[in-house]
Amino acid sequence: MNITLEIWRQKNARSKGKFVTYKLDGVSEEMSFLEMLDYFNKTIVEKGGEPVAFEYDCREGICGCCGLHINGYAHGGAHETTTCELRMTKFKDGDKITIEPWRSRAFPVIKDLIVDRSAFDKILRAGGFITANAGAAPDANAIPIRKVDADEAFDSAVCVGCGACVAACKNSSAMLFVSAKISQFAFLPQGRVEAVQRVQKMVARMDELGFGNCTNTGACEARCPKGIKLTNIARMNREFIGAKLGSQIVRH
Amino acid sequence: MSNITLRYSSLTKKIVMALAGLFLITFLFVHLTVNLMLLFDPTREMFNAGAHFMVTNPVIQFMQIFLFGGILIHIIFGLILQIQNWMARPVGYKVTGWSHTSPFSKFMIHTGIIILIFLTVHIINFFLKAKTGQVNPIQYGDVEYEDMGLLVVDLFKNGGYVIFYVIAMLLLAFHLHHAFQSAFQSLGLNHSKYTPFIKGLSAVVSIVLGLGFMLIPLVVFFSDKF
Ligand code: FES
Repeated sequence: MNITLEIWRQKNARSKGKFVTYKLDGVSEEMSFLEMLDYFNKTIVEKGGEPVAFEYDCREGICGCCGLHINGYAHGGAHETTTCELRMTKFKDGDKITIEPWRSRAFPVIKDLIVDRSAFDKILRAGGFITANAGAAPDANAIPIRKVDADEAFDSAVCVGCGACVAACKNSSAMLFVSAKISQFAFLPQGRVEAVQRVQKMVARMDELGFGNCTNTGACEARCPKGIKLTNIARMNREFIGAKLGSQIVRH
Repeated sequence: MSNITLRYSSLTKKIVMALAGLFLITFLFVHLTVNLMLLFDPTREMFNAGAHFMVTNPVIQFMQIFLFGGILIHIIFGLILQIQNWMARPVGYKVTGWSHTSPFSKFMIHTGIIILIFLTVHIINFFLKAKTGQVNPIQYGDVEYEDMGLLVVDLFKNGGYVIFYVIAMLLLAFHLHHAFQSAFQSLGLNHSKYTPFIKGLSAVVSIVLGLGFMLIPLVVFFSDKF
């Protein structure tokens, strides 16, 4: 099929970018979205041009690097799908596809479609971990954990940090991501030890980095490729209120 | 300025917004109850007695401090959060899709600003007049009230004002439709069983308050009993 691509081109972080429109022939339905971009880049290189920079690694929906804003939707808008899992069967001959990078003050564009998502790493470094002595791996069942809790923790832990929540949110809020990373520990005894500090530090870091504030709209949940739920944000709020009130209690 | 209000974390601001908002909703129910008295008694005695109670009862006068405080905090925090949200995306998207999520949540600042304009006009029209004794007295038997009801009826006979009032109440309903259930989410009160109920309740609250307030100018305007 023949398609038209409208792609954001930006030389580097400091330059001003712009949209450039290209015609692309010979796209096959069997291609994945990223394979289509590979094929497109090949046509550019053959003409001596500069290929479009886009990020990817696993190409199977587990690393979270491949986020693109496609035709108005983070990851193209298919249900629980990362950009790399998107297939060209979703498009038809003659389609125009507009591809933009994630837009957020906290995710500056590095080049073309690649943004710097290290803000997420900074939030994790503020508290998204547990402190434990390293050594031999402990026995798997040394600490009994209820199945429902383990499942809930896992459902939050599947977040791959792709940034689609920030990209889809009209406020560029990172609260779905942060709340998932807080929730994955909230159910487990190992996570409770530092729970009071964790939520306060991670929220403070998130605020510093210039993300917006959640308005409980739910666009993040709708676009999350991993099905992270808005209930995580409520849990984060709960943890935060508990931490703010609880940490002031005088203990002997 | 930046120091005090901006130092509160995003979550603290959201929590305060939610608490202030819920408090304002309870006030709206009290206000609506008094307003509806007008419809039940075209002699306006019931309404004037209610209005008299609201401007003289010491408990209500004391609560007024919290009411105006609540309104002020809700507005200030709402504006700060919104400005931060606009700043969080300096370059927007060329194409934005439509997500099938809480549509009213996307226009909270817009509906909010119109409600604020309405509120200002409303306070000038009624509240300040009542407080400064600019309302004519009316005699019922041996009790005398300020005739607030006449003030209301006079304004509601003005078609332009009725349209303005009805539109403002419609937008208030849109605002509340998202607001009520959103406040529970902000307060972390999320529950597999009760959250769907609260979402339903949010729709009911917005419809009852919106329609309730709208009803009064419409009835007064179209009925010749007033
Ligand atoms: S490339 Fe790894 S998730 Fe898409």
